[in-house]
Amino acid sequence: MDSLYKEIVLDHYKNPHNFGELDPADYTAEDSNPLCGDQVRMDLRVEDGIVSDVKFSGRGCAVSMASTSILTDMIKGQPLDEVLQITKDDLLDEIGIPVSPARMKCATLGLNVLKLSVALKEAHSHGD
Amino acid sequence: MTTRTSKVAALDVAAIKADFPILNQLPSNGRKPLVYLDSAASSQKPQSVIDAVDRFYAESNANIHRGVYHLSERATGLYEQARHIVADFINAADAREVIFTRNTTEAINLVAQAWGRANLKPGDIILVTEMEHHSNLVPWQLIAEQTGARIKAIPLTADHTLDIDAYHTLLAGQPKVVAVTHVSNSLGTISDVTAIARDAHTVGATVVIDAAQSAPHLPIDVQAIDADFLAFSGHKMLGPLGSGALYGKLALLEAMPPYMGGGGMIRKVTIERSTYADVPARFEAGTPAVADAVGLGAAVEYLQKIDPAAIQAHEKELVAYALERLREIAGLTTYGPSDLRQHSGVISFSLEGIHPHDVAALLDEENVAVRAGHHCNQPLMDRLGVVATTRASFYLYNTREDVDRLIEALLRARSVFGLA
Repeated sequence: MDSLYKEIVLDHYKNPHNFGELDPADYTAEDSNPLCGDQVRMDLRVEDGIVSDVKFSGRGCAVSMASTSILTDMIKGQPLDEVLQITKDDLLDEIGIPVSPARMKCATLGLNVLKLSVALKEAHSHGD
Repeated sequence: MTTRTSKVAALDVAAIKADFPILNQLPSNGRKPLVYLDSAASSQKPQSVIDAVDRFYAESNANIHRGVYHLSERATGLYEQARHIVADFINAADAREVIFTRNTTEAINLVAQAWGRANLKPGDIILVTEMEHHSNLVPWQLIAEQTGARIKAIPLTADHTLDIDAYHTLLAGQPKVVAVTHVSNSLGTISDVTAIARDAHTVGATVVIDAAQSAPHLPIDVQAIDADFLAFSGHKMLGPLGSGALYGKLALLEAMPPYMGGGGMIRKVTIERSTYADVPARFEAGTPAVADAVGLGAAVEYLQKIDPAAIQAHEKELVAYALERLREIAGLTTYGPSDLRQHSGVISFSLEGIHPHDVAALLDEENVAVRAGHHCNQPLMDRLGVVATTRASFYLYNTREDVDRLIEALLRARSVFGLA
């Protein structure tokens, strides 16, 4: 049986990339997975349409922490409009390990927070 | 009668295990044989239960009650026979005191709504405990919102048992309901529900016992406990998923309005209003899960063939052995009472440096099935200061070898995470 806990997941869990907070940030959001108490916050800075910096913080299982860490590597330096096109499958390909349905919420928590941060800001700017 | 000093014949676990097809499946994909340590969530089913459900559909399936043809009469007979078997199992004085439900949750919702709507007033106190499963908490919150009643909780001691002194203090507030779990599904704590009920009755409270985690493991005598209501799940005690029951004292049930309306629970219906059937039909609206009730009857018959003292002794031995071996693992914290006499076959634990979900997933890689999460005990998790735990729970078919496999898998988990 293929282990979920391959080096890539364990490395990112123990030494997460881009861990921390950005203040000020252009985009910020956080969310949690109430089932297991995973919690992720993400801060983005965007300059000329490019994600110039990203940090995440929170706590949770290895799958949620590692997948968010991997996601921050994927998006740093990329155009925001392309970042917003990243799908669940793109992220899972990058993680490269089969994620069971039971752990899908853990694996996609960071991606959901990323999209939430942009959606929140857009909702806010359209609000008045 | 078994006394404390008499020798209890050891459980023939190999013979018991042979009765459970799922535990004897050949593992696929090179996995190790299954070690099932999640019976507190739902137990596995012996062949006799599977056969009883199968045979019902093959030989006796029809809708029950009012069918004037032979098949319907036979189905009705089997359903009512199952009610008698369950009533006997919990020593109910009258089989009409047993209402079939899907599970403990539905049984408690039934009490909270049907009894609660008729009896709770603004300001009334509903007393629960800090270790209630959400199923013995949220239904009370719903009825409290509807009636203006308030919820208070009996705290736990540092040893994760019920704080009886605090309970007595809270009784002075004259609660209308005392709703307590017999055995905690997270901590394994066994509470003395007979004493709790006796004390509650001195202030006139109605006593509701959540027996979901006790009925599978301990002899239940509703008359000795003097429970007003007692709820349990058939599927946790070898019965089919979707089987459960509520016990209620006949006089209380007879005074209660219905829970759900529909077919089967009425006497006379006009467009404007209806009169209701007698107990228990009044509380069994719609076509019930007949085959599952029959399966629950078969589960009770299976359990009744085994000396309950032998089941208890076996589970105590497994818990003692597991707690002892878990101490070998660095960074592992267990929760629950230190006195084994108050500890059922449920062990919750945390492993430092590995999230409970990762622990459970790593154990699954070794085909050891445990549960991780808040176990529908969020207030208790807050009290313990954790977001989740990993939980192993034992039943009559588990062995010392199962405990050994758990320990090996935990050691491997630590090594995978580089903690060895």
